[in-house]
Formats: sequence, structure tokens, C-alpha cells
Amino acid sequence: MGDKGTFWMPEQASTLASEIDGLFYFVFWISLILFVAVIGAMVYFVFRYRRRGDGEHIPAPLAERKVVEIAWIAGPLILCLLVFTWGFKAFLKQSIAPADAYQIQVRASSWAWNFTYPNGTSVGSELRVPVDRPVKLTMSSDDVLHSFFVPSFRVKFDVLPNRYTSVWFEATEVGEFDIFCTEYCGTGHSAMLAKVIVQSEEDFKAWVATSGMGDMTPVEYGSVLFSQQNCAVCHSVDGTRGVGPTLKGLLGRPEQFTDGTSLIADDNYILESIINPAAKIVDTYPPAMPATYSTLQPQQLDALVAYIKSLE
Amino acid sequence: MSATTLTTRDATPPPVHYLNHDKSLKSWLLTLDHKRIGLMYLVTVATAFMVAGVLAMLVRYELINPGMDIMTAETYNKVFSMHGIMMVFLFIIPSIPAVMGNFVLPMHLGAKDVAFPRLNLASYYIFVAGGLLVVGALIVGNVDAGWTFYTPYSSRSSDSVLFMTMAVFVAGFSSILTGLNFIVTVHKMRAPGLTWNRLPLFVWGIYATSIVQVLATPVIGITMVLLFFERLLGIGIFDPALGGDPVLFQHFFWFYSHPAVYIMILPAFGIISELIAVFSRHPIHGYRFVALSSVAIAFLGFLVWGHHMFVSGQSAISAVIFSLITYLIGIPTGVKMFNWVATMYRGSIWLQTPMLYALSFLFLFAIGGFTGIALGVLALDVHLHDTYFVVGHFHYVMMGGTVIAALGGLHYWWPKITGKMYNEMLGKIAAALIFVGFNITFFTQLVLGTQGMPRRYYDYLPRFETMHEVSTYGSWILGAGLFIVLFYLLASLFRGRTASSNPWGAATLEWTHATSPPDPHNFHQTPIVSRGPYDFHLLSEEFGDGHATQEIADTRETQPG
Repeated sequence: MGDKGTFWMPEQASTLASEIDGLFYFVFWISLILFVAVIGAMVYFVFRYRRRGDGEHIPAPLAERKVVEIAWIAGPLILCLLVFTWGFKAFLKQSIAPADAYQIQVRASSWAWNFTYPNGTSVGSELRVPVDRPVKLTMSSDDVLHSFFVPSFRVKFDVLPNRYTSVWFEATEVGEFDIFCTEYCGTGHSAMLAKVIVQSEEDFKAWVATSGMGDMTPVEYGSVLFSQQNCAVCHSVDGTRGVGPTLKGLLGRPEQFTDGTSLIADDNYILESIINPAAKIVDTYPPAMPATYSTLQPQQLDALVAYIKSLE
Repeated sequence: MSATTLTTRDATPPPVHYLNHDKSLKSWLLTLDHKRIGLMYLVTVATAFMVAGVLAMLVRYELINPGMDIMTAETYNKVFSMHGIMMVFLFIIPSIPAVMGNFVLPMHLGAKDVAFPRLNLASYYIFVAGGLLVVGALIVGNVDAGWTFYTPYSSRSSDSVLFMTMAVFVAGFSSILTGLNFIVTVHKMRAPGLTWNRLPLFVWGIYATSIVQVLATPVIGITMVLLFFERLLGIGIFDPALGGDPVLFQHFFWFYSHPAVYIMILPAFGIISELIAVFSRHPIHGYRFVALSSVAIAFLGFLVWGHHMFVSGQSAISAVIFSLITYLIGIPTGVKMFNWVATMYRGSIWLQTPMLYALSFLFLFAIGGFTGIALGVLALDVHLHDTYFVVGHFHYVMMGGTVIAALGGLHYWWPKITGKMYNEMLGKIAAALIFVGFNITFFTQLVLGTQGMPRRYYDYLPRFETMHEVSTYGSWILGAGLFIVLFYLLASLFRGRTASSNPWGAATLEWTHATSPPDPHNFHQTPIVSRGPYDFHLLSEEFGDGHATQEIADTRETQPG
């Protein structure tokens, strides 16, 4: 993806990008012309009026010409107002989403993104959107300030913990584009990355209809969800002890709980542990698992259970 | 005009001056002499600059490749936070007002000292206390909120952020007191004949800055106290978990910190006016425009804080107003650029080291200004905000502007401060290295930013690697140049040629009426001013060739009355 674009700008992948770039290059070229004029005059004067030798004439002071002074004030002012007006109009376009935009909810928490679709599908790590269709993201944070940034779309907006903000775009290219968090949020700031995956309308509809599963097998989809939902932060799949129990060989394993009860792990135990983790706390582990996974779609829960059962 | 020879010959220093009249440690630690206080500030802020510079080199080295090189993410966050805090609050803000303002301002006014000498000494010790608190927080080692301390991250972070906010609060008081002192000094202690239109532009710059210091710095004090209360008492002000509003903090912070940009840059403008006038041997073109544009910039600087927050959720109407006023600030700044260059027209340009820094400033600050215009465009700022474009812009303004001007001023006044000339050839070499290294380091960052590289990233995607490498190599050249400056300035104290009282042939009072180094009370008699600060064409009429104080005294003695 990085091979497209220009020296200054990454590839343009949304309807807003070309106008932003036009505005940037307009400001750039005006600035460059003025810069060359000013610095050029400076360099010329340095050579032309350079003092030669120790003997020196003291030049007579110049008469001030207020007309030139005022022209120098008025000229740049006009240019600035022109740029301001263009920037303001473009800003309004950026700020106001079309009424028929496809709505997606964004949740930021240190240090991951989560995207929830109208049918309740919730995914992390990747934002799937249809090409050539306006999309509006309504965003909020679970903890500190973050900022949602897609350079290829030229869109950015802060994500706040106590109110909703929104951003919109219409992707024009099928492909993958980087999402960054651009508001400093601690140790994992630079790892708070995700992808926008722009798909054809047909592929996108199929993906949403299957809650993101598409043509994957349940075990494959479960593996993807395990990663996207950040399960691996606490649970290993290779047998090592983590914040939570390892999931390797979980199916059929005897589990001892803090309330004194025990059972052999089966499908229902695994499901319950996902949607209501506080119900049974494995002995010697802290009750640290959040309850947020109860919002996962049935297909997603099925896939996760299938994946965890496959870990032998 | 008759030909005048500017002397570069050796001269005999006066037998008694402000450096040697009393050498006891007590006389320094309890000094009421603004020149000695300026020198003590110089040692203090130079130390902070060196530490912050080393931290910058560590940051750049870590970023030479993606992933971990020499430090963890946690350490990286602390290092860039400390770099920013020390550079902004312990070096840049005090560097020109406290060091050169203290040394030069009373002499520019023809005064013996500042209005409140004891308050001046107190300001210095308050500043040192603030600096020590900053270093203490560094030693405790947990400040990782960046120099902007945004809530709620900063208010949930470790106790060291509270330690740091207290330190900034204390250091800020030093600014307030110094600003107050300078305002009174300018109003009340000008020499006879020194009307407002005859003030050196350096004085105008310091004066405008002092107004900002007195009015804006209390806001950051208030903000830090609120942050302290929130953390200590658990009441919700900025932290939404407690019922606060995190964007409110940004308003408080930028209400101070954007005017603080002008606290940093206006004195630099003042120095550049001095250097360009003296080394072009021309009065500043449009003196009144330049003087009043400092005041205009100071005033407008209070009205633009919101342009740091276009994507934070403020209303569109607020964004429009802040954007528009941002452009209005650009105009007086552009006026200065025009007037500085126009001053060089038909001048007699002398390329000594201070002038090289002035020319560097014009180049670098122009880039800072133009990139600032881009950031002020509402729609563009959406893309550019919080990327390396902002980092590059900020460094072009703050380092390409203020630090370069500070170096120029230091080289210009060094003969007056120390009575010694530094090695001119090394001065030119260092200036060239700094200029080249600076551009390699920070122009690259402008491109990184437009390509989408976010700021404050410890790790980054592979496609940004080449530009990060180039930026790091540039920082090594820049560092080498700065090290050379340190070397030859210190060497001049031991092996430098003795400076004459006016080696540059300047027309301001510290050169025309005082020895190098100056008398403890600055002037043998109160100057009487009858011309502008850059009227070089009048120098010979008043002072012979405008050089030796002894000649001044001789001339005066022969006049009746």
C-alpha cells in the first residue's frame, strides 16, 4: 500500500483524500514561492551588499516606503483568507456525514480497537467496510483519550471516554489500510494498530451476514476471534501459565474452583466461562476476566468454543 | 560619511568589572547584580539544555530502527517526556528572557539594574527549585505523560506526574516574577531621552514577552493545582471516571501553552532584530511595524489556543474562529520577515558568526511559519495533527527559531559578557553544522508526518524506517555542531583574545557606553540618549569612531557645563 501516493502524501483511498491533498499542495506551493522569494532576496542581499575589507562605509538609512509595507501585509492576508475559506469548506465536508451513511460503533481501550456493526457483530483488529459507500463511525473510549487516524483516508478524530465523537469517510479503493492511534495513551500507544479492510459491496454483505466468519471454518474463525478479542493477553495456547489458565487441553480437563466445587470441562463450561466468567473462578487464579464477551454474536461464540475445544 | 575602521585589535580589559570586583562565593550566591544573575541563569539553563539534548539523542537513536534498540517502550516514553519538559520549561522558556534579558535589558535602557534586584535573585532561586523538582521527578523515574500532561492519562499515571506538575508550577512562578520585574524596569528606568521609539527591538521583544508571562503563566499554575486536587482528593475535574471532562484540561493547558510559544519566540525576534541591524549596519526597516507586531503577536497569541484541538470535539464555530485568528497571527510574523530582509537591502553585510545564526533563523523560522499556516487550515489539520509533521513544525519554530536566535545572541553578547572573543572560524563551522544537521533531522520529520507517522510512537511500521534513519543521522550532525560551540566558547575564557568595548560597532548602549566586561554598575555616568538604537550613520558624530569608553569620557570632559 505504501508504494502509491506522492513524496509528501500516502495513497488516496477515500473521497475526502483528493481535496485534502489539493489543499495541501496549494498551501505548499504558495509557501514555497514566498519562501524562495524571501530567502532568495536574503541570499542576494548577502552577496550584493557584503562588506568588503575592514574599511567600511556606513550606509545611509533607507527611507521607509509604507506602500510596500502595506502591500506585504495585504498580499499574504488575502492568500491566507483564500486558504482559510477553502479549508473551512473542506472541514465542513469532513465533519458532516451523509444521512445514509453505514453506521459502525468504535470502542477504543488501551491498547486495542473494537468495531461493532449494526447486527451486533463485534470485531477487533480490523474494520471491514464496503467500497464506494459512506461509512460513519461513532466512537468512544473505555479509558483515556485516543485518536482514530487513517492516513490513506485523511480522516482523524479524537476518541473520548465521556462522550461520543464521530468521523466519516467513503472508501474508493478495495484493499487494506492502516489505522493508527495518534493520541498518546501510554506504553502500548505505538502498538494500538488496526486495519481498514475495504471490500466490494457483495463481499462485505456476506461478511456481515455471517458475523465476520465469511467462508472460514468455525475453528478458523475462532482462532481469528481469539486474537482479535485479545484473549491471548491472559490465556496461552501452549500450556504456559498466564494471568488466566492456559487453554491447551482444556476440553476434558478437571477444574477446581475457588468455591470448592469442581467439574470436567465441557462445551457448556467453556461457553459459560466466556459469557459469565465470574460464575466459576479456577482456583489459584484472580477473577480478572471482564464480562464484555457476553455481547458476542452466537456465531462468534460458537466459533470460539470450537476453537478452544480444538486446542489439545 | 567618513570611513570608519571597526576595530578587531586586542584591547585591555578594565581593571575592575562585574566579574572580578568581588570573587567570593557569597558575592555570587547573594548577588543583586542583574549581569551576574544572568550569568547564573546561563549556567543553569545551559546545563538543562545539555541534559535535554542527550535525552533527544537517545530518543533519535531508539527510533533509528523499528522495534527495540536501546530502551523499552516504558523507558522511551519517559525519555521523550523528560526531553520535552526540560527543553520547554527549563531551557527554552528561560533561555532568552532570563539569561539575555537579565544581562542586556537594563543596559539597553541605560539603567544600573532591574527595578527589583532582590526579587530578581529570588526569581533565580525559585527557578532552580523548580528545576531540581523536575530532576527529582526524573530520578523517581515515572513521568511518561509527555510534556502536555493530557488527562485522564496523566491524572491516572504515577505520583511522579504530580511531582512534575508541582515542579512546573514552581518554575512558572519564576517567569511571573521576572516578567513583572522587566515590565516595571522598562516603564520606570529608561535613561533620559530614551523614548519608546528609541528602544532597542530586543527590549520590545522582552517587554511583550513579559506581559504574556505575567498574564498566561498563572493559568498553568491553576491547572496544575486542579490536577493535584483531582489526584489527591478524588474530585472529578478532568478525569471522566470521576465525573470530569478530559477536554477541559486541554483548554486550560493550551490557554497557557500557546501564549507560551510566544514567550519563547518573541525574545528571539528581538535578538534577530539586533543582529540583522548591527551586521547590516542599517536601522531596522519599519521599526514601528516590527515593534508593534511583537505586541500584536502577544495579544493574538491568547486567542488561538483552540487550534491545537480541531479534532478533539470542539464545535465547528469554535474551530472556525480559532483558525481565522491563527492566520491573523501569521500576518505580523510575516511583517517581521519582510522587514528583516528589507533591512539588509543596500546595507553593509558583515558575515560574522552572530549574523550566520540570524540568517539561519530567517531560513528555519520561515519553514516553521509556513508549516504553521498548513496546520492552521482546518481541513489540513485533520490529517496533520498529532503526526510527525507537528513535531517537525514545532522544532522548526522552537529550535530553528528560539534556540538558533539564542545561539546568535549568545555569540553577539559573549564579548560583552566575558570580555573575550571566541574563535571565529570554529564559530562559522559550528553554525554550518547546526544548520545542516537541523534541516536533515526535522525536514525529514515533516515528510514522515504527511505520510501518516503518528507522534510519540516507540515502534513504527517498516515503511517509515528510511526517513527515521535519515532524521537520526541528522541529529548526530546537529549534536556535533552544538558540542563544538560548547568547546570554543569555554576555550575562549582561557585563550580568547581580549574583546574591545564595541567589537561589532553596534549603536546600543551596552556597546557604546560600557566596557567589556561592564562595570558593576554598568555605566560610569547615566547615558543621555538622542538617537535611535540602530542609527549607525550617527555614531561618528557622537562618539568619534564609537569605540572606547575612554574616548567618550575624554570627549565629555572637554565640553562646557
